[in-house]
Amino acid sequence: MIENRLARRKVLQWFAAFAAVDANGGPVLGRAVVPGVVNGYGTDPSLATFNQRGDYWSLTMTQQQRAVTEALADIILPADDHGPAASAVGVVDFVDEWISAPYPRQEQDREVIIPGIAWIDSEAEKRFGALFSDLVDPLQKQAICDDLCDSAAQSKGQRQAVQFFHRFTTICTGAYYSTPEGWQAVGYVGNMPSGAFAGPPVEVLDLLNLTQTVLE
Amino acid sequence: MATIPISRSKKEYDVVIVGSGAGGGQMAYTLCLAGLKCVMLEAGRSYVPETETPMMQRGDHAPLGGSSTPDKPFGFYDATVNGGWEVPNEPYTQGSDNPEEQFRWWRARMLGGRTNHWGRISLRNGPYDFKPFSRDGLGFDWPIGYEDVEPYYTKVERLIGVYGTNEGLENTPDSPAGVLQPPPKGRVGDLMTQKAGKAMGVPVVPIHRAVLTRPMDGKKLAAQLHPEDADTQKIVAESMVNRAPCFWATDCGRGCSIRANYQSTTVHLPPALATGNLDIIADAHVREVIIGKDGKAKGVLFIDKTTGKEERVLGKAVVLAASSGESVRIMLNSNGGEGIANSSGLVGKYIMDTVGSDLRGQIPALENLPPHNDDGAGGCHFYSPWWLYKDQLAGRLDFARGYHIEIGGTRRMPEGNLPVPAHYLKGLYGTKLKEEARRYYGSFISLSCRGEMIPNEGSYADLDPDVTDKWGIPVMRWHWKWSDHELNMAAHAQKTFTAIIEEMGGTALTNPQKSGRDTILQGGQVIHEVGGAIMGEDRATSVCNQWNQTWDIDNLFLCDGAPFASNADKNPTQTIMALAWRSGEYLVDQARKGNL
Repeated sequence: MIENRLARRKVLQWFAAFAAVDANGGPVLGRAVVPGVVNGYGTDPSLATFNQRGDYWSLTMTQQQRAVTEALADIILPADDHGPAASAVGVVDFVDEWISAPYPRQEQDREVIIPGIAWIDSEAEKRFGALFSDLVDPLQKQAICDDLCDSAAQSKGQRQAVQFFHRFTTICTGAYYSTPEGWQAVGYVGNMPSGAFAGPPVEVLDLLNLTQTVLE
Repeated sequence: MATIPISRSKKEYDVVIVGSGAGGGQMAYTLCLAGLKCVMLEAGRSYVPETETPMMQRGDHAPLGGSSTPDKPFGFYDATVNGGWEVPNEPYTQGSDNPEEQFRWWRARMLGGRTNHWGRISLRNGPYDFKPFSRDGLGFDWPIGYEDVEPYYTKVERLIGVYGTNEGLENTPDSPAGVLQPPPKGRVGDLMTQKAGKAMGVPVVPIHRAVLTRPMDGKKLAAQLHPEDADTQKIVAESMVNRAPCFWATDCGRGCSIRANYQSTTVHLPPALATGNLDIIADAHVREVIIGKDGKAKGVLFIDKTTGKEERVLGKAVVLAASSGESVRIMLNSNGGEGIANSSGLVGKYIMDTVGSDLRGQIPALENLPPHNDDGAGGCHFYSPWWLYKDQLAGRLDFARGYHIEIGGTRRMPEGNLPVPAHYLKGLYGTKLKEEARRYYGSFISLSCRGEMIPNEGSYADLDPDVTDKWGIPVMRWHWKWSDHELNMAAHAQKTFTAIIEEMGGTALTNPQKSGRDTILQGGQVIHEVGGAIMGEDRATSVCNQWNQTWDIDNLFLCDGAPFASNADKNPTQTIMALAWRSGEYLVDQARKGNL
């Protein structure tokens, strides 16, 4: 367990690296990345299949990193009236696949997420005497998360921690809402073959004071 | 689909067709059904949409939720095979280090070419669009008018199946009664935009797209298309009845296993192959057109990518339909690198793309709407045809040509990326995050400008003197320039979109860009590359004539976007097909007269 934790020196290095990523952030669209040269899924993967995480590259998180990912993801997307917890719909595997992927955008995220996971463990230990993944009281986990939501964070270190949390949340949220449970939670209905397209229901049109203009 | 190795090819064909997309597919259809023996060369691999299309796969079935990577720039499930902004082993270069002067070149390497990656938007050019120079003194007139092309637009619409309505709007042609399929219902975003547009004088109507909303009446349509020939009718009718109408799920960009939308491999190639007159050779990277001592095209020389060997196929005529950029590359590399069909010096000149500029708005009225199925026909349902022709003619606008507005869907299937823009969820976690995601999901409307670019001297392509591809073939070097017409158009679009969004009670997600330079998409980014071998009235001012036939080599035809003398806001694919059909009939006529 201990060997998976980063030394404070390493965490500071991470913060420096994070600053570089931050300055250079944004989409990779404009960068001259030649496809097919990394060990990704290549330019001609089989599409009409149902892939499992780890089909194309190994998942690289340690058990402890996965444990923290699960604990944090389930605080970010808990089981509630909207749907199940993140870990129940494969979000941990998704995050592991994401930060293990051999693409530039994901490699950037890895440089943020892996040290961030170590940092949040050490932060929990400092404040509550236990690793984040071992915290039992949700209020303790929330206390750390509340600090990470503070966009008015002052110090550079705090800002970087806030950005880690935002990036981690973004990856988890994308993963969560790509599942049928996530669809239900967000209100997406579709991906179902049908004999006709009815358009928005009358209830919706009435709410918006709209009239369907394409008639039979 | 069925392909042959070079070892099984015939000694000589009637016609060699380079490219298998909209132009090559239409040519193969027209020529093979008329009895000509054709060979089609495709630079990528064969492709079988019936078994390869990810119809119902979800984001959680894909690596990284299906989000884009350098290997799959439009996401994992995008139909494109071995393609994108960069293609392995086939580089291209830029004439300038300035990004504003660069062109991004999208290519596919698969049977069906770029018909696998497009929005299926199928708009006719209008009468003004063929005579732009006569109208405003800019660019070039085509040597043909709308009346010359109209019968072929109708044929194409009957063959491929296009939904839409006839609205009687200026320079936005109606189709003959009974030709279009019924449009799908308006989505919430469509109807909201339509209502806002009405208040502002911006027409919003059903778009025309190559997606079947009803089964095809194969027998009737085949008889209309090929009244003289019962055997041809049988082949065409059979292909049509094997296409299913849309089942109202799956983004068209994935392709379509049930053949509801148009792509070359589901519409053009099956009947062409059924004639027995078509051989297809895949993985054939064409280097040059072979020219005989008599100055005529004899066939093409290509690299068989599976062996790396140079091979040849011969024909009495050659059709280049490899995409504008590739056809230009092949022409410039022919004749020992001296180039062919270029006595005008215009091969590679006047490359055009479409003006693109987008804006997204958040509409509070759409928050927390009752969930409902918004998938529809896998792409646009409504759009705004250009509506300010009269203002433009009166000199009230600071740009000379029009744009249309494509309306982006609202409640699309979330796939691995956030269901709402990130800043709406920033600083949130727990149930509050889920509540806000649900509140904002579906509350965004995207408006996209797709406008006409006027050809200019600064937008062209030539061969790079130093760089070659894996097989030693000199590659394309691009040069790009937007004129003030395009930049001012993009700025106008931003202003208009902001007004539409505000009319809906919403807020633009980004501040509208006042400068066109700040908002216009890069050259090539809309993937409507046309020009490079424009058609015209005479050999001094154009590369080919009204039949897509090069002036210099009368058995060499260009049937992709290369002959476009202008690039109207109307998406080019349907015009490529209509002109290829027209050119194909001319070629058949020439063959029957013994002129090949």
